[in-house]
Amino acid sequence: MSQDIVDRVASKDISRNKRSLSGTEQFWLTFKYIALCFLTLVAIAPIYIMVVNSFKGITGVSQSAAWAFPLHPNFAAWGPVWENLRGSIGRTLFFVVQSSIISAIVGSINGYVFSKWKFRGSNVIFTTFLFGMFIPYQAIMIPLTQFNHWTHLTGSIYVLVFAHVIYGIPICTLIFRNYYAAIPNEIIEAGRVDGASMVRIFRTIILPLSIPCFVVVLIWQFTSAWNDFLFAIFLTGGSPKLSVATTALNFITGSGNQVYYGNNMTASLIVSIPTLIVYVFLGRYFLRGLLSGSLKG
Amino acid sequence: MIGWTVNVSLGKKTNSYTTAKGYVGLKNFRGLFQDPEFMHAFTNLLKFTGVFMIGTLISGLIMALLLEKGIKGEGFFRSIYLYPMAISFIAMGTSWRWLMDSTKGDKATGLNKIFHFAHLDFLQSNWYSSERGAMFAMAMPAIWQMSGYIMALFLAGFRGIPDDLREAARVDGASEYKIYRHILFPQLSPTFLTVLIILGHISMKVFDLIYGIASKSYVTKVLAIYMWQVIFDYQNFAKGASIAIIILLLIAVVVVPYLIYVVKTEEQK
Repeated sequence: MSQDIVDRVASKDISRNKRSLSGTEQFWLTFKYIALCFLTLVAIAPIYIMVVNSFKGITGVSQSAAWAFPLHPNFAAWGPVWENLRGSIGRTLFFVVQSSIISAIVGSINGYVFSKWKFRGSNVIFTTFLFGMFIPYQAIMIPLTQFNHWTHLTGSIYVLVFAHVIYGIPICTLIFRNYYAAIPNEIIEAGRVDGASMVRIFRTIILPLSIPCFVVVLIWQFTSAWNDFLFAIFLTGGSPKLSVATTALNFITGSGNQVYYGNNMTASLIVSIPTLIVYVFLGRYFLRGLLSGSLKG
Repeated sequence: MIGWTVNVSLGKKTNSYTTAKGYVGLKNFRGLFQDPEFMHAFTNLLKFTGVFMIGTLISGLIMALLLEKGIKGEGFFRSIYLYPMAISFIAMGTSWRWLMDSTKGDKATGLNKIFHFAHLDFLQSNWYSSERGAMFAMAMPAIWQMSGYIMALFLAGFRGIPDDLREAARVDGASEYKIYRHILFPQLSPTFLTVLIILGHISMKVFDLIYGIASKSYVTKVLAIYMWQVIFDYQNFAKGASIAIIILLLIAVVVVPYLIYVVKTEEQK
């Protein structure tokens, strides 16, 4: 796999469409566009609902008119909802940033060792690591709560930092390992000949080369930790003092109260905005994380 | 070295309660299979997995096929199809709950409203509140969320195939259909395998999605939801742990051979 995976997805010169098309080809092209547009509508429908209804005020949403565009667009729902969610969002940001940074650092060290300093049995350990990506949250939930209890982490936001760091390590390791595998061994050799130690080579040669990879991993970790619900609700026990974005949102929307539709939709939208912003501006890196998490190339 | 330490800690944690449970042997597991609610959740999960995997595979493949040859505006379509992956299901659940509202007729909302409007009333459905179709309805948002991801995987696969292969076949007079059938799809079998593994393991542990839309409703209960209920509402940790182990085993049976295969083939390169 010489070509970078993301470039592969993103690259295809459209030049061959430039030649004039025959009748059937024209038909197929039109058909393709119709299909693509239909799929686009399907894909955006749920977010459209959210956006449109968040501008209708807290109770101004009648359920059957929810497809319609707001007649009197206003931000009435945003203020109170934001007040409600502010604390949780701040807390989420706090733990998400920490856990992403820590797991990225650990991941880069691991990836470095697995790709450049293979030792006996490193492949077995690496396979075990990979399996770590597939371990369902549920399987480590109970021991994790017990562990938190022993270490007196329970009741602080650090339970989530800890959980996400541990859980993020396999995928971060994988991403970094694949990235480092592409760095020629000669560079390492040259460093060794000059008498640099393993740690020194990492610090002075590898780290400066890994910035793009750090971006990928940080975005990946940020998104998955932000969107995580299971750890959040489980490890904080639903305590309001520790509510994070998703649990707070679930508290608002989960009550089944259909009257406050505008309220619910606005809250959902607010909680989705940070990850959406990341996606819109750094989508390429997001895609890279997504793909390298699945294709071992 | 750090990696090794971390790995050990991870390993210990996955197992620590298996030893603690040694006191009753397999009693918990036997009990589970006699528990009608567990079996109900299990059947639901299988139904969900079937619909979800097939649906996502097909829609992801269609998206990839549409984009695969390069088309104007491809980047735009790609980003649109992929964005659901960036949003939490607890958030999207709000929208989907409304979209799949079961009210019918003139007062219908969500999807039913569209069907009513388009005079396709027979398509109106109870969605996830009906006993029979619940899991099928529940698979829809899941398909919606994952299709873009699968599309990206397939696109990567398609574009890893050298164009020469296609050209050669075309020169030999093969039709487009035959090119796909005999040349491109066989080349994609590793991609298919990856896709199936990914979809399978996501499906086994599905939780947020269903919780976000239907909470703990009985008709849409799957293993993860049931486990949650057992632990929090019934405070039965041992039973919860057994369910977790079953989920883990379901995943491990498929994933472990796959991983060994992947690492082995990589070594040979």
